[in-house]
Amino acid sequence: MDLHLIPGAAATEAERTAIDAVVTSRRRDLLLPALHAAQEAAGWISPGALNHLCRVLDVPPAEAYGVASFYALFSTEPRPPRVVHVCDDLACRIRGGKELRADFERRGEHCLPSPCLGQCDRGPAALVQAEKMQVITSSSRHVEGSRLLARVGKVDPESFDDYRAHGGFRALRRALELGPEGVIREIVDSKLVGRGGAAFPAGRKWDAVARAPERPHHLVCNADESEPGTFKDRVLLEEDPYAIVEAMTIAGIATGCDRGYLYVRGEYPLASSRMTKAIDQARVRGFLRGFEIEVRRGAGAYICGEETALFNSIEGFRGEPRNKPPFPTQKGLFGKPTLVNNVETLANVLGIVLEGGATFPSVETKLFCVSGCVPKPGTYEVRFGTTLRELLKIAGAGPLRTVLLGGAAGTFLTPEEFDVPLTFEGTRAIGASLGSGVVMALDETVDLADIVLRIARFFREESCGQCVPCRVGTRRQEEILSRMARGSDESTLLDDVGQVMKDASICGLGHTASWAAQSAIRKLKLFSRAR
Amino acid sequence: MRSVEISIDGQATTVPEGTTILEACRGRGVDTPTLCYLETLTPVNVCRVCVVEVEGSRTLVPACSRKVEPKMSIQTDSERVRLSRRMVLEFLASSVDLSLVSAEVLGWMKRYGAQPGRHAGGATVAQPPKIDNELYVRDYSKCILCYKCVEACGRDAQNTFALSVAGRGFDAKISTEFGLPLGESACVYCGNCIGVCPTGALRFKSEYDLRRSGTWDESKQKTTDTICPYCGVGCTLRLTVQDNRIVKAMSPPDHEVTRGHLCIKGRFGWRFVQNRGGTS
Repeated sequence: MDLHLIPGAAATEAERTAIDAVVTSRRRDLLLPALHAAQEAAGWISPGALNHLCRVLDVPPAEAYGVASFYALFSTEPRPPRVVHVCDDLACRIRGGKELRADFERRGEHCLPSPCLGQCDRGPAALVQAEKMQVITSSSRHVEGSRLLARVGKVDPESFDDYRAHGGFRALRRALELGPEGVIREIVDSKLVGRGGAAFPAGRKWDAVARAPERPHHLVCNADESEPGTFKDRVLLEEDPYAIVEAMTIAGIATGCDRGYLYVRGEYPLASSRMTKAIDQARVRGFLRGFEIEVRRGAGAYICGEETALFNSIEGFRGEPRNKPPFPTQKGLFGKPTLVNNVETLANVLGIVLEGGATFPSVETKLFCVSGCVPKPGTYEVRFGTTLRELLKIAGAGPLRTVLLGGAAGTFLTPEEFDVPLTFEGTRAIGASLGSGVVMALDETVDLADIVLRIARFFREESCGQCVPCRVGTRRQEEILSRMARGSDESTLLDDVGQVMKDASICGLGHTASWAAQSAIRKLKLFSRAR
Repeated sequence: MRSVEISIDGQATTVPEGTTILEACRGRGVDTPTLCYLETLTPVNVCRVCVVEVEGSRTLVPACSRKVEPKMSIQTDSERVRLSRRMVLEFLASSVDLSLVSAEVLGWMKRYGAQPGRHAGGATVAQPPKIDNELYVRDYSKCILCYKCVEACGRDAQNTFALSVAGRGFDAKISTEFGLPLGESACVYCGNCIGVCPTGALRFKSEYDLRRSGTWDESKQKTTDTICPYCGVGCTLRLTVQDNRIVKAMSPPDHEVTRGHLCIKGRFGWRFVQNRGGTS
């Protein structure tokens, strides 16, 4: 292909150096890292930088621009080199996000509103984007748990030796003894289901990838935790990174993968640097066993947590979901059989391999991200079957109006529903879902209409725009809800919009975009005159 | 080739393996609306107007790209299907200027009872047309984002890659890099994007000018098929003529040589025909 570059646009020395440092070969999948390099070097993706990265990667400028303009953390227009993204999403909204932004502005910072930064346990929070990214939080985090969180706060996350001293890499040794088939048998026996939100049996995926005749196989650890209210994976990545390296290595070896990708959301700079260090250390010490792990940073797009959008993002295309079937276990990353697991799912693998799959159901735990109107927001690890009321009590919650369970893609529960056991089946029985483990507590002081409108805005801003039901539907939904907040009765139209998004969208974003608003209207009588 | 037994609206039928639901429906005479689908392009299944209900599937599935599977039971006219098709048409008609779509599309709007007025006051993609060259106009207020121009400009035909989808969500749009004018972009003016555009967002400048001056008159137009005189490939040109002047040049999509695509000469190189003043 003859590339036609932008006339008269040349990269600066700094841009060229930064891009050349990451483009080690002419591979399309280096486009996202190259865009990060360009953004960091100049504070925006300039036409000159775009020209340079297109030339070295042999990518048409229109396509590269299409990719760059997809991500919220990239700017395709000049802007100040230092930008503060202040979270105005659900939890920070009710914990002083507005005041935090005013503070930054008083100090002359260039502020932009941001969707959830995954810091709800210590908000209000902001992300400073300069040459390097830095997260600003307002309080210290709270963590409580004995299995998945056992090492958190006790182990030095930057020390390989300390991880080993805390029992690290015992599961890998056991996995090597069991062999790939033995490991998969344990995972199948454990009945572990995915913790990313869809609750798919992990063993079935592992088995399907291991058996897929096409080679190579790929492993992807989905660390693009972006569901508003979710931060549990961040805690694991930041505070027990070697555990994720160990679990990825076990998964990779068991399913015949040569290479694993850790796709971590762009707003988690500490998680990606600690994971990178941990991978490097494990490799140097020979604990990757020939398996290779690459860290890929997202750049501000909730939709890239959808597994097929994530593949496109890694491959250097716009993060638009693909149609399923084919499923990732058949045709995933680079069109090859791919195992995709969430961070928490993988964290469970270590215990399963060490203790055996059969005992797992009796000791199984789940991480919950408790935030909002509670004295002790944090990450709580509890046994399956613990009720929501018990969990709220542990976090010190007082009387509440509602809990948003599962995040923006979840549902509101009434206090009468708080006795629901926090299991996949239990929540399903009341028409709710655990989702990514979000428990956002909202009391009478919170303006529920404001929360519902913020959720509607979230989906409108995060829709990739590919399919009509979601692209226009999320927009219409927000418009209708704003009118309903002003007293107009348009529930029939709202239902029709919700139905087409649920039925006809390509991916889960559109399928779930109406749930929260619908549940607030139905169960909490939001916008009804009776209240 | 093996055959697969399926049922469409309760009627059993047998189709070859690898057939899409859309092909199976059309083969049985079940009219299925499509907007982003074109026989000559890779299905992108983004408009979702072709969705059908498949037994056992939680959500509706796009007929254009989903292949039949043994024992698949397909409903093409259920409540859910009708509602989704209606809403997709309402969404587009309420956000995009559909004044130049085919009668077929208007027929679907009627069939599914689309009432775009229900969304009055909602956001639209209205914007002034981009006129930056003498050959064609890009009027994105008429763009439904079907991706066809991107595919025709890229892998499916021209391999020029001058266009891409940029931005995200409702603000996603068809764009060159940084929105550059076509003249500074990779565009080679093959006009294959015009050939595949279903809504008249991409139009010949000649058509655009006649419409603006109010002299575009389809009742006075006829089409004539001829062979492009420029090279030995022998592309069929389908010329639209009004008042004895060529107003646009297309090629039939089912033509085995062109598959509807042309180059700049065939597409735009006909002005000499009407240069009756004569050159010496």
